Amino acid sequence: MSYTVQFINLLAAILLLISFAMLSQRRILSLINLFAWQGLVLSVSTFVVAYSTAQQHLYFSAALTLLLKVLVLPWLLHRLIRKLNVRWDVETLINIPATMLAGIALVIFAFNLAAPISQLAEGITRGLIGIALASVLLSLLMMLTRRKAVTQVVGFLAMENGLFFAATSATHGMPLVVELGIALDVLVATFIFGIFFFQIRETFDSLDITHMEKLKDD
Amino acid sequence: MENTNLALGMLFQLFQSLLVVLLAPLLMGWVSQCRAWLQNRSGPGLLQPYRMLRKLFLKDAVIAFNASPLFRVTPYILFGCMWLAAAIIPIIAVDLPFSPAADVIALVGVFALARVFIALAAMDIGTAFGSLGARREMLVSFLAEPALLMVLFTASLISHSTQLPSIVGALAHREFVLYPSLAFAALAFVIVLLAENARIPVDNPNTHLELTMIHEAMILEYSARHLALIEWAVSLKLFAYISLGIALFIPHGIADVGKWDALPLSIAALLAKLVMAGAGLALLETLLAKVRIFRAPEFLGTAFLLAVLGLLIHILLGA
Repeated sequence: MSYTVQFINLLAAILLLISFAMLSQRRILSLINLFAWQGLVLSVSTFVVAYSTAQQHLYFSAALTLLLKVLVLPWLLHRLIRKLNVRWDVETLINIPATMLAGIALVIFAFNLAAPISQLAEGITRGLIGIALASVLLSLLMMLTRRKAVTQVVGFLAMENGLFFAATSATHGMPLVVELGIALDVLVATFIFGIFFFQIRETFDSLDITHMEKLKDD
Repeated sequence: MENTNLALGMLFQLFQSLLVVLLAPLLMGWVSQCRAWLQNRSGPGLLQPYRMLRKLFLKDAVIAFNASPLFRVTPYILFGCMWLAAAIIPIIAVDLPFSPAADVIALVGVFALARVFIALAAMDIGTAFGSLGARREMLVSFLAEPALLMVLFTASLISHSTQLPSIVGALAHREFVLYPSLAFAALAFVIVLLAENARIPVDNPNTHLELTMIHEAMILEYSARHLALIEWAVSLKLFAYISLGIALFIPHGIADVGKWDALPLSIAALLAKLVMAGAGLALLETLLAKVRIFRAPEFLGTAFLLAVLGLLIHILLGA
């Protein structure tokens, strides 16, 4: 194996580790910092893929990832939680060790699921689809097990990170237009979520989404 | 030729065993000295564990009236197990004659045997602290053991063998390869090392506060030569764990058996690694705070998770 492949494998492993760290994290602030780290790993791995396959447009998407997912989105989220004043601990629905065990089961499931797909994939990084799929599923699990709206949004953004990693590692990235579109979508989504948060808090006096299950017309 | 090889191997084995027994208290002294420096204290000096052992060996032993023979033999069994473990691990040379006696799984078994005896001896006297410590020790170790086994399995998968000499040989004599799985395993191993050796996030080695102590609660009833042997065994255990970590993750520079010219370099490398590891351990212990006993399962669960992730990543990526 060449060094670039080894390095991308290492980055993929770190990506998976960060997904697990996010799953086990109790504090919203640390969660957002972990999200920024995940973005950084993603950006570096995209850069390495771009370098090793000499695909020009991947350099752009690496730079875009760095700008958007490491700087802008974490800054927006930090500002959001400062304004909402929600720096308390995250309440989980299932306790953390049980969530972690479920996470391991999901990783095994994802690896098995990705094994036949990896056979079809061309290029330098075949085993990585499993890891990307696993981090998508882990982010989904995080969205399911968290009660606060903010953590669910971080889970959503992390899920997008996993998808992006799958795209760069398996197919050398999508066309630049598509990537720009997705980047813009995520940015806009974060803005809209921010507005939603204020609305939710105004209506229910809390960001706990269990309040939204009670439908009343009084 | 065969005979001289065997004799040379035995000589190496004897040398390693003696070296380990004599160096183990020094490593303990180095760790506590580093901790003292990091906490802005002057510290008791590197040789303090030796002075402690001497003092304890010179005293008269006091044994509880209702102690069974099990209580008396446990310190010897403990010391023997730890010495055996240290003899099996390749510390100064690969392929020692003792190494085929046990693979990594049996090595975990040797540690478990010592643990069972110390827990039984703690309950033997019938004091409240003894059984409290024994139960807590069992809680911690039944969580730490699977994580340790997973770490060892990851290394075994990479080198296709559960024999320590083959693992070390395969990892030491290879071209440079980045193994993400080994990095995960190393993280898990550090957590297991902290838990198994009663170091700070799980247990505080120098507390006698009844709410927090685990290891100290078990050995409260021991005195004089029995206590000395237990203290020595504890330092041997730390030495064995650290050298196991060195053997698995940074084995470079270790000598092959029978090569005298490689020996000085091997010992120098070992000492350098031990100094680094001891300082690292002291730094970790200074940075971390002791967690509540009910948080310990979560801490060790993290180790298990990391080890399993390492294993899975090795299977998926082959790296």
